[in-house]
Amino acid sequence: MAPKLPPQHPLQHSSTAVAGSQSQEGHAHHAPPKGILRWLLTTNHKEIGSLYLIFSLTMFFVGGIFALVVRAELFQPGLQLVEPEFFNQMTTMHGLIMVFAAVMPAFTGLANWMIPLQIGAPDMALPRLNNFSFWLLPVAFALLLSTLLMPGGGPNFGWTFYAPLSTTYAPASTTFFILALHIAGISSILGAINIIATILNMRAPGMRMMDMPLFVWTWLITAFLLIAVMPVLAGVITMMLMDINFGTSFFDAAGGGDPVLFQHLFWFFGHPEVYIMILPAFGIVSAIIPTFARKPLFGYASMVYATAAIALLSFLVWAHHMFIVGLPLTAELFFMYSTMLIAVPTGVKVFNWVTTLFRGSISFEPPMLFALAFVVLFTIGGFSGLMLAIAPADFQYHDTYFVVAHFHYVLVPGAIFAIMAGVYYWLPKWTGHYPNERLAQCHFWCSIIGVNLTFFPMHFAGLAGMPRRIPDYALQFADFNLLSSIGAFFFGASQLLFVLVVVLCVRGGQKAPAKAWEGAVDLEWSVPSPAPLHTFDTPPVFHRAQTHD
Amino acid sequence: MAIEGYQEAGVRKTVVRSVAALVGMFAFAFALVPLYDVFCKVTGLNGKVDTTAQAIVHEEVDQSRFVTMQFITRGSAGLPWQMSVETRQMRVHPGQTAEVDFTFTNNSAVESWGRAVPSVSPSSATTHLRKVSCFCFQEQQLQGDERLTIPLVFQLARDLPEEINTITLVYTLYPVQRIALQTDQNNNSAGDNI
Repeated sequence: MAPKLPPQHPLQHSSTAVAGSQSQEGHAHHAPPKGILRWLLTTNHKEIGSLYLIFSLTMFFVGGIFALVVRAELFQPGLQLVEPEFFNQMTTMHGLIMVFAAVMPAFTGLANWMIPLQIGAPDMALPRLNNFSFWLLPVAFALLLSTLLMPGGGPNFGWTFYAPLSTTYAPASTTFFILALHIAGISSILGAINIIATILNMRAPGMRMMDMPLFVWTWLITAFLLIAVMPVLAGVITMMLMDINFGTSFFDAAGGGDPVLFQHLFWFFGHPEVYIMILPAFGIVSAIIPTFARKPLFGYASMVYATAAIALLSFLVWAHHMFIVGLPLTAELFFMYSTMLIAVPTGVKVFNWVTTLFRGSISFEPPMLFALAFVVLFTIGGFSGLMLAIAPADFQYHDTYFVVAHFHYVLVPGAIFAIMAGVYYWLPKWTGHYPNERLAQCHFWCSIIGVNLTFFPMHFAGLAGMPRRIPDYALQFADFNLLSSIGAFFFGASQLLFVLVVVLCVRGGQKAPAKAWEGAVDLEWSVPSPAPLHTFDTPPVFHRAQTHD
Repeated sequence: MAIEGYQEAGVRKTVVRSVAALVGMFAFAFALVPLYDVFCKVTGLNGKVDTTAQAIVHEEVDQSRFVTMQFITRGSAGLPWQMSVETRQMRVHPGQTAEVDFTFTNNSAVESWGRAVPSVSPSSATTHLRKVSCFCFQEQQLQGDERLTIPLVFQLARDLPEEINTITLVYTLYPVQRIALQTDQNNNSAGDNI
């Protein structure tokens, strides 16, 4: 099991030993334990980062298999493969696993690996807490997945777990679902505290806030969002727990509660949550595009302010998920306009990326391909989001496949493509080898065909009125669903290529120098490749690059 | 690790502040529950009607316009009752006091307690609907196979916004778990036993 990503032997590779001693000799690090204990007890940010990434990749496949069960059932109209009850568990678990166990831990893993390297810190501020927050995750999701085997089955009420569907009418295993979500939430919160503490206190001498790479900036803002909204999620599921087990009536109309209150509370968490899943992606793309366009990022300061603006606005738009619950007209208008307002800072970002590319000296290595696909496809997802923001139109689109198409466009070629771009970008730093160019290109082209084949037809199915979360459908949707299912299996299979590329890259390949990409500027490229276990034991001297001014 | 002294103090400060923010947000989530109730009561946002009787306000009836009142009744799982209303729809003038009979039927042979919970749509009409007498103010008790008719007396306020032409009043029946002993004060309200 024990993965071999971060090598323990420092300094066998080439090049620019900047930034103080990377060697272990100067410090009294006692010998790390061997085997599985090394991974259980590690407090090293690089090892923990790798654990997060491997965990997330595993869960990506688990969630992916659930999605393929859904797509297989929807391959043709009628009920073929699974019972509707099990279908509901699959849609629910797919959503929960992808959101909480795949995308969020992947970003935390990248943060663990790269933030200390990018700000010139020796490690995260709270290394032991870091270990704890990772090891909570396998516990949480083993618990969550085990509910599938319990009598009555696992959660079947959608990843949004609206009450009273998730309280009065829920399967018996719901209490375990709540506990699992609590543990995962604590993990995210601890991770966020650690990241904030690291960024605010451990930057290299001379590095101001406005000198930080954008990945660091976006993660700082994401961590603030996590601290603000994860407790609200914890509160909501605690109320559910009490409604189910202790006879309270927070969401039960019979006892004077209000089911609509659940939706308000959930989306007060839920909308910032969707930005938690995209802001770090903005940071990754903002690192990759300047590198491969060989130009400094256009509008660094405006990128920072746009990210902060998006984060602030995310607290004011939650009810756009609830246009049809019977909001008064003024509320519909307020949430419609505030939602549309988000297009402004997002547009600033897209403009800056495109302007960075303009007259750049562009090359198309795999990280750049994924980053460019991100910009185009995320923007498509943004546009369908704008359509959904129009309250009267949303009365038609609500709970149709159009919504499914929208959020899969922002999450799959959005968040997940950005994560893959980041992995390809930083793999040389992690392993000391370049990923296999040909296989990576193949992975990219298969992914982009698969993603669009899967999710583009969903727009049309949704506009034609196909509802979400239903195992059977009317005949007129058959062709769209056929295409989507073929695309999904193609996309799923092509992700095996990704695993192959990563494994091959860990084992060998073309050696990478410290500065693996010609146009790369940030601090992580000043330590050798592969990055030794301990870096920046003495803080580097930060030279303000011309890039950020 | 190579955390310098000044960094350690900074980290401690950051952690303390973050934990304070966390606790605050957790408390805020729970505080939102009563806040939401107050907010809804003031604005009538979620269609929740006042659960206490209001006095009839004597104001001139606005003969110039009609408002359609629609009544919907719904049962719920766990309570073997049926609820019906004498008329599904009636037209009233703002300012006018009206009365409509609702009938509760217990379809089982066992006595049980239930409560009808009201909801008004559109929610902007909520605060303009005055209920003078309503079975929804109390829980009801029905003996086995009992039938009970109770009137609802209500008045639409004259300041009902112009654009509201139809108001829907929905009653949903919910079971009440209760030991049937302190029945006296409730029996008073159940006047029209059949």
